[in-house]
Amino acid sequence: MSEIVGSKSETLSHGHDVHKHRDVQGAKLGMWLFLFTELLLFAGLFLVYATYRYFHPVQFHNAGLETHTLFGTINTMVLLTSSLTMVLSIGAMQRGKKWLAVTFLAGTILLGLIFLGIKYFEWTSEIREGLYPGSPALLNMSDGEILFWGLYYTMTGLHAVHVIVGMIILTFMLVFILTGTINQNDYIKLETAGLYWHLIDIIWIFLFPLFYLIN
Amino acid sequence: MADVAIPPNEAFANSYLKNHGKRKGILAWILSTDHKRIGILYMVSLFTFFTVGVILGVLMRLEMLVPGPAGKLFTAQEYNALFTLHGVIMIFLFVIPGIPATLGNFFLPIQIGAKDVAFPRLNLLSWYLYVTGSIIIIVSLFHNGLPDTGWTFYIPYSIRTGTDVTMAVFGVFILGFSSILTGLNFITTIHRLRAPGMGWFKMPLFVWALYATAWVQVIATPVLAITLLLIMVERIFSVGIFDPAKGGDPVLYQHLFWIYSHPAVYIMILPPMGVVSEIITTFSRRTVFGYKAIAISSLAIAFIGYLVWGHHMFVAGMSTTAQFVFSFLTFLVAVPSGIKVFNWVATMYKGSIDLKPPFLFVMAFIFLFCIGGLTGLLLGSVATDAQLHATYFVVGHFHYIIFGGGVFIFFGALHYWLPKMFGRMYSIKAANWALAIMFVGFNMLYFPMLVMGAEGMPRRYFAYLPKFETWQHISMVGSWVLVIGLIIMFANLLHGIFKGKVVGSNPWGGTTLEWTIASPPPPPENFEEIPVIVHEPYYHPEAIEVK
Repeated sequence: MSEIVGSKSETLSHGHDVHKHRDVQGAKLGMWLFLFTELLLFAGLFLVYATYRYFHPVQFHNAGLETHTLFGTINTMVLLTSSLTMVLSIGAMQRGKKWLAVTFLAGTILLGLIFLGIKYFEWTSEIREGLYPGSPALLNMSDGEILFWGLYYTMTGLHAVHVIVGMIILTFMLVFILTGTINQNDYIKLETAGLYWHLIDIIWIFLFPLFYLIN
Repeated sequence: MADVAIPPNEAFANSYLKNHGKRKGILAWILSTDHKRIGILYMVSLFTFFTVGVILGVLMRLEMLVPGPAGKLFTAQEYNALFTLHGVIMIFLFVIPGIPATLGNFFLPIQIGAKDVAFPRLNLLSWYLYVTGSIIIIVSLFHNGLPDTGWTFYIPYSIRTGTDVTMAVFGVFILGFSSILTGLNFITTIHRLRAPGMGWFKMPLFVWALYATAWVQVIATPVLAITLLLIMVERIFSVGIFDPAKGGDPVLYQHLFWIYSHPAVYIMILPPMGVVSEIITTFSRRTVFGYKAIAISSLAIAFIGYLVWGHHMFVAGMSTTAQFVFSFLTFLVAVPSGIKVFNWVATMYKGSIDLKPPFLFVMAFIFLFCIGGLTGLLLGSVATDAQLHATYFVVGHFHYIIFGGGVFIFFGALHYWLPKMFGRMYSIKAANWALAIMFVGFNMLYFPMLVMGAEGMPRRYFAYLPKFETWQHISMVGSWVLVIGLIIMFANLLHGIFKGKVVGSNPWGGTTLEWTIASPPPPPENFEEIPVIVHEPYYHPEAIEVK
């Protein structure tokens, strides 16, 4: 991961030293391509969702009424805010305000944590209602509802994994800012990490209506 | 072409093969970010797995000694393991990384006049992911009894079987990651690191092929990743997404699987097509005919190839409309492929053809690939496919395309570029003999499969009806002949690498950039000065005088 983000001089292992290879455009291109693959990863799941929704429109509708729209809405706001703080952090870095950048970045990570916390409560309440893969309550329901909940857990679960990965990357960025690897003149790492964080946000923007709003 | 005189001694003393850094021994290789060394690492690992795959394949043929089911060498379950292992190893560990990871890594930066790929450390990481994925696959396959799903991991069997499919698909998932990173790296390299003056239409055609392949890797592999992830989710949490008992649809799995795995066929075949363009123009001493058409047809194949996956499922339950559309699109891929072949032939016209081993490999390729392509038409049209689906005919067709087409060119590419990589030449005579033996063995091995398939022999069966005995035996003997050819070829190449006659920087009279630097190339930056490109890549100023 950090490699894609990195545009730092590539010191080739043969002793010859070396061109300062710093290609900001190239680093961004690499990251965009990677984001593209992430989108396609989720695209497979969206395809499955679309197929089954087409076959079971009514059952998907009914199952959709059971999700906790309040939790979902709050989480959407949390993630959108985290994208804002991410941008502010990069902006601060561009202007050379190191501690402001650190504060906003820490805020972004914190918001990610809040997102996961809310998700935890949401999932536990649903599991307490007996709505989890393979539960007796679920197996008594119709095919469409089983599929809806299966996809719900798979898709939001995979998204949550991405949030965790994103938080780990941002934590590295935090360390890099503190050690000065990322600075006013060289902040491409922070910028590409920001791109990844926005991707996570965008995927949620699609998941949210599919599971909470289209009833 | 004036050979740039670099004395061989100096080239050897200052080559990438000598350790220049502070690290010694194996560490100087496995921690190197030099694209040339990574290419060699890939090559060693790939051919190790290739050897295993070949042995498994020969054992499968040996199983057909008697019709059975009595008196068989392996039980039915063991035969399942053989074809699963053979498929997984050959497809995921050998052919898909194939030419891009090995020769692509080595020559892509050199051909565009760059010092390295865009992300050298990422490049090394992709090799580590490849090795990790391979180890996980091999271990998992023996972890819980012999594997038995076949390389396609079709649901519902793959979620019901007791063997450790979860871990196996996790290994393939990691390999996919490696493939994506290589693709991403190549695209960025080609966009950002071309030498000054090298416009898009001054790139060598091998680079074009790698570019198209890299896009397929980036676009298609994530779909495989999610599909495999869903198998894991299904096995661990039994969510029911593909389980008919819970409303899921197994055919949807097949769709997702082939959305990746058909484009993967183009990951396997596009790089060889690029190599063919290079070899034909070098050994015809002529610039390539229809450069732009060949370059763009690579992209066209990549694009159309993404839309034809449905032809794997004509008999799996699909509407007539879908059958019609997929069949039509399948035939459409033949157009850009045909454009390539015609341009290759036109390149040879009035050329000064030099029948060296790489060129002979290309000739073998064109013959075998034509058989593969024509049998493909029968599988691409719905009516005949209903008859031939899941028979030996499919097995024969597939091997003609991938082995006869792709892998033969991989070998041809080794014969073309090894003198550059190691500065030494193998024995031309032995190379020709090896090719002749392999060619005979190959046709003995796979042509009977086409015949048996047309007569109804199903694939993946460990026993067969007595009426197939003769054909099965011819096929079995063919596998031995092929292996003899392979042994001669590899022995010759290895001998060439270590003991062969020292050659200069341009033994074939090639015109692309790799022939302008020393053999073996200098570390780590390839060029003392980044070249400025003025000519198109296949500029043969002497071509007129030759006539």
